[in-house]
Order: sequence, then C-alpha cells, then structure tokens
Amino acid sequence: MTELAQKILAGNTRSIARAISHVENDREGREALIDELYPHCGKAIVWGITGPPGAGKSSLVDRLIERLRTRGKSVAVIAVDPSSPFTGGALLGDRLRMQKHAVDDGVFIRSMASRGHLGGLAGATADALRIFDAAGFDYILVETIGVGQTEIEIMGLSDIVLLVLVPGAGDEIQALKAGVMEIGDIFIINKRDLDGADKLRVQVEYVLGIKFAEQSDQMNPILMTSAINDEGVDDLMDSIGEYVERMKASGKLANRREQRLQDEIKTILSAKIFAAFHDFMQMNGEIDTLVQEIVHDKQKPYALINAKIDGFIKEMHTK
Amino acid sequence: MTEKIRILVAKPGLDGHDRGAKYVARALKDAGYEVIYTGIRQTPEAIVKTAIQEDVNFVGLSLLSGAHNELFPRIAELLRKEGADDVILFGGGVIPEDDIPFLKAKGIEAIFTPGTPIRKVIDFIEANKQRVSR
Repeated sequence: MTELAQKILAGNTRSIARAISHVENDREGREALIDELYPHCGKAIVWGITGPPGAGKSSLVDRLIERLRTRGKSVAVIAVDPSSPFTGGALLGDRLRMQKHAVDDGVFIRSMASRGHLGGLAGATADALRIFDAAGFDYILVETIGVGQTEIEIMGLSDIVLLVLVPGAGDEIQALKAGVMEIGDIFIINKRDLDGADKLRVQVEYVLGIKFAEQSDQMNPILMTSAINDEGVDDLMDSIGEYVERMKASGKLANRREQRLQDEIKTILSAKIFAAFHDFMQMNGEIDTLVQEIVHDKQKPYALINAKIDGFIKEMHTK
Repeated sequence: MTEKIRILVAKPGLDGHDRGAKYVARALKDAGYEVIYTGIRQTPEAIVKTAIQEDVNFVGLSLLSGAHNELFPRIAELLRKEGADDVILFGGGVIPEDDIPFLKAKGIEAIFTPGTPIRKVIDFIEANKQRVSR
C-alpha cells in the first residue's frame, strides 16, 4: 500500500486534503489510490443537502454538524460551489457559515469548485467522498451548488437527500414539475419565520399528497426550520434518524447503494469511452474535417458521424 | 485537466472591515483562481486549519486593526508547525511601511497596502505559482 493511502486510512488531515487535490486535478495515480482505498469504504453515512441558491443549505449544514458532534460523531463536509464558465475561477464561500467548527478535529470541511461539471456537484466529488469514507468519518455531508430544476446528481451519491426549500419561489405548479422536487427524501422549509412559509408547506404537502395518494404512510417528511435561529433542527435530526432506520429495515438503503454503484460504473465507463473517442478525433484533426465535409461538401451529418464511430470501434478492436 | 491554484482569503483580528478582503477574493476569482473566503474574525488556528483542509497554495491575509505584527507571524509559525510551510503567505490592509521588512522576515512574502492595483497581486501569484505546484 502506498504511504499516502496508509496515511489517509490513519485519518491524517494533510494527506486527506492532498489526496482530494489529487483526484480534483486528475493527477497520476488517482485511479490506483481510489482502488487502494475502496475496500475500506462503505462505513460512512452520506447525507446530501440540496436546494436553490440562498435557501440556507450551508447554515443548516452548520447546525447539523453541531448536532452530530454533540453525539460524538465525526463529520466530513464537501461543499460545492460553481466555477465561472468564463474564467474557470470560483468563489467558495459555503464554509464561511461553518467556520465555528474550523478548529474541531472531528470536523473536516472541504470546498470544491464544480469545474465545469453539471449536475450540482464537481466531477471529483464521488472520489472525495471515498477518501473521507476510507479515512473513517462517521458522517459525510455533501452540499450541492445552489440548484435549479435538473441538478439531481446528488441523488446518486447519498444515502438520503435533504431538499432545502424557501418561501417565495413560485406557486405549486413549480412544485409539481419534474426534477429536483422529486429527489428529496426529506423536505425542509427553511427560513420558516418568513412570510409564505406555511403556504409553501401546504403546497409541498399537496404535491406529495398526489404522489402518495395510495400510500400516505410512505409520504416524505416535511420539516420547518430556521437554521439561523436554530429552530426545528432537533426535529429534523429525529426525522432523518427515523427515515434512515426505515430505509434500512425496508432494504431501500441497500438498494440505493447498489444503484449508486451501478450509476457510478456507467458514468466512469462513458467518461473513459468519451475520452478515448476524443483523443481519436483530436489525433486526426477530425472535427474540422467533419465540419468541412458537412458545410462545404454538403455531406449528410448522421451518415458521416456513424462512419466515424465505426472507424473508432474498428481501431479499438485492433488495439 | 489543468492544475487549479487555490487561495484562501482570510481575515484575522477583530476588525470587521471586510470590503478589501471581499474585493480581493472576487478579483482573484475573476482572474481564474479558486478562492476560499471564510469571513471576518478568524483566529490564526482556524485560518491554518482551513488552509490545510482546503489544501491551498496561497493564503492572503487582510487586517485593518493594527494587530498584523502579532497575528501574521503567528499564522506563519502555525503553518510551519503543521508542516505546511510550502503554503505562500501574503497580506494586505492598513500596514505601515516600517512594519513591512519585519513581516517579510517572518515569512509573509508580500504586503499589499491600500491603493495597490489588483494586477500586482495577480502578478505576485503568477510569479510564485510554480513554487507551489504539486
């Protein structure tokens, strides 16, 4: 086993931090490192926290860390913020709300920039999660970027998804739509002291009521909190605890973890195939040629592209 | 994928004047770096822990209360103690010219006083980023 992997397993802060940079920057040895750590993974409980920008996700995470620490649990946090599509820069400000835990040895907070990855997370979030898991953290809290309607990747990465909503973001039609509203395990209406909080609760109840009309006992819990004022957080903790127990008992948790692995394998496979195809096209300057052929020589685009892919597959065979 | 430079912008000390720190954080983001901003009134211990967890290449300190001769060297010392002395420290704020040689001797490699164009900070990072590439 490499020295780095050994130090991660021993929980060494510096090594964990360095390893996350390794996977973020896709440095040499990334895959070997994760393979080394993998047998030591699977013990941590992963909570995903998602919701629109400014809903109070980071402030809520701050409270959740507090509660988990009181119970003697160690906590790792991965907080994702967006990278600029123009400069590639990022302002990572989530941990500002959690800084009171900065000197607590049982808490490790890592900010990640999305680096062009869509879906609400960073491309390396899954690997960072494994590093924390192998390092022995009891809980890993993953906070997504502020999401809109389609950034649902968190679902494939966490044992339970906490969807944080705030009043004032539209009528119940918004809540009926597909996407983010469908991935919450626990619905949290934060800033419950604001006008419209009760109305939002009714809307969410209405939407979930339609979904669970036949099995109302299965309905997702809806909690009202004010993270800033530390209200409703204990009820939320109880609710999460019960929900996870229910998932364990029904086998849903095991299913979800298996599904997660399936999704991940598919993602890695397609990324690798894409990269290989990209190299193949780059090498021969093929994209320019394709454009030329379509625009100037009036070739049929799909026929051309299919021919290219056939060529790629043949070349892969001969390798 | 190319290596990203990560910079922690931190405010030690008790003053609440964070406009400068926020301006620098924002400008460095616009220059293409990943900037972690942690807000006001951070202890040296919190700053050092954050720098290590975030695995940053640079730490920029902003302080306007006059405690720089105390707090900046303390942060440099803690970084050394944690074996993180490969992190490059720079600072800014209301800092008298006379104090700058002392701070540099203590390991704060550059001090940017009020009125410094942001370009100078970026040039400093560009000139030194090779040293912190991993």
